[in-house]
Amino acid sequence: MSALPATVRALKPPRAVAPAPTSADSPPEKPLYVRTRTPEWLPRILAPALGVALFVALWEILAKAGGRLPDPASTWHSALEVFANPFYRKGPNDQGIGWNVLASLGRVGVGFGLAALVGIPLGFMLGRFRFLSDMAAPVISLLKPVSPLAWLPIGLMVFKAANPAAIWVIFVCSLWPMIVNTAVGVRQIPQDFLNVARVLNLPEWTVFRRILFPAVLPYMITGVRLSIGVAWLVIVAAEMLTGGVGIGFWVWDEWNNLNVQHIIIAIFTVGVVGLALEQGMILLARRFSYE
Amino acid sequence: MMDRYLQIEGVRMVFDTKKGPFCALERIDLDVPAGEFVSLIGHSGCGKSTLLNIVAGLLRPSDGYVFLANREVSAPGPDRGVVFQNHSLLPWLTCFENVQLAVERVFGAAEKKAALKERVQRALELVQLGHARDKYPHEISGGMKQRVGIARALSIEPKVLLLDEPFGALDALTRARLQDELMRIVSATRSTVLMVTHDVDEAVLLSDRVVMMTNGPAATIGGILAVDLPRPRDRIALAGQRQYVALRAELLEFLYRKQMREAA
Repeated sequence: MSALPATVRALKPPRAVAPAPTSADSPPEKPLYVRTRTPEWLPRILAPALGVALFVALWEILAKAGGRLPDPASTWHSALEVFANPFYRKGPNDQGIGWNVLASLGRVGVGFGLAALVGIPLGFMLGRFRFLSDMAAPVISLLKPVSPLAWLPIGLMVFKAANPAAIWVIFVCSLWPMIVNTAVGVRQIPQDFLNVARVLNLPEWTVFRRILFPAVLPYMITGVRLSIGVAWLVIVAAEMLTGGVGIGFWVWDEWNNLNVQHIIIAIFTVGVVGLALEQGMILLARRFSYE
Repeated sequence: MMDRYLQIEGVRMVFDTKKGPFCALERIDLDVPAGEFVSLIGHSGCGKSTLLNIVAGLLRPSDGYVFLANREVSAPGPDRGVVFQNHSLLPWLTCFENVQLAVERVFGAAEKKAALKERVQRALELVQLGHARDKYPHEISGGMKQRVGIARALSIEPKVLLLDEPFGALDALTRARLQDELMRIVSATRSTVLMVTHDVDEAVLLSDRVVMMTNGPAATIGGILAVDLPRPRDRIALAGQRQYVALRAELLEFLYRKQMREAA
């Protein structure tokens, strides 16, 4: 038996020749086959990879089919050029993509920060006092579905400049999710926690710091996440209208130059930055979740 | 003065509901001397938790008064330690910090940081959770959470301990262990206790007196059963004892014969 090659032995155990299992010199019989299992990580990686590959293939087909869509390869080469030097400055209307992205992020940051400054305290108040909430409800529900861009002319009129008007649009669109989520969070605080505060007769500031704030924090972070997501969506459109430096303006500028490759690069850049913002907020939320 | 420690006088509680006024409690009079363990027992909905909340100051009675050590109870306050049915620990604070919150409120102005921490640690050790001080509530079992709740209530050295079905949400074995532990703690600290329960065995085992409440609406005290079993009590030895069995039977008789009408 030991003379047989290993492969043959595994496939076809020589039953007739095999000695009794008790005999000492017989090697342990190998199983006929080992049930193979795909490792769990394989489909998890394979599926997204396949999705991306399919997407690129579809793009390639569309590009080949005619029209003026650049194909993936030429876009890739163009992207390498664009990202080779993202921080150059040649006058106010010709700057690297890095500056453009940073300019847009800066507007989002300022507009969003102002919205947080107003929206979070307002949300706390609306959540705490029924009367205020009922007062604000009609106004908020009326204004919430309005496209933030509709506020742009108002901003231009009031501020008489493009940059503050763009920030104003971001402020308006970030405001609603922050108010609504904070208010919902305050209303969701279990009565038990408030009873703890009451039986201990805790001072108002301690109640806020140790009970209200931590209880509302996860809701607030959800509000912040939604706000940032919307703000990043809106900034591109706002900048297209206002001009200046920014990723939205860059898209519009490249359209005027008929550089479609750069437009596609911008689309992916906006997507990647948005994804990074979202993931960052999810990480932050996980840090502050207490369950 | 000793036998007029916690006084409940002519308490009546009427709630305004959508269907009009609902009278939950009627003519409640009860005196609890210092150091006594009194249970309130009755079918669910008989207003026993309402009465406890009135003593806690979370509810104001429509009529009548509650006095604690000759001072009227009109608002919640840290002279009463409350243990809630569902532990009510703050999930973002560790066990230590949960107790610390209470300790700092009551002794923070008078004592140094180290003394306060010492108090917290002592309270946790009293319920045998000194080792779990840095754990968060979601990391410990239901029984342990309830013990932290008891530690929090005791840490502020309250004049009276108010327990609202403290072991209702626990399994039978954990409940028995915590009852034994509560007996040990109460006898060590000589606490005055008012406990709401719907468990006949728990009431007899732990109490000096059991207040039997009639069914609502307009629930009132239907009778008071004095439990003069010697302490310390041992649940296994008691189980076969004639006096214990008789007390238990009397409670069952009250709950399931006299007060059965609406209890289904």
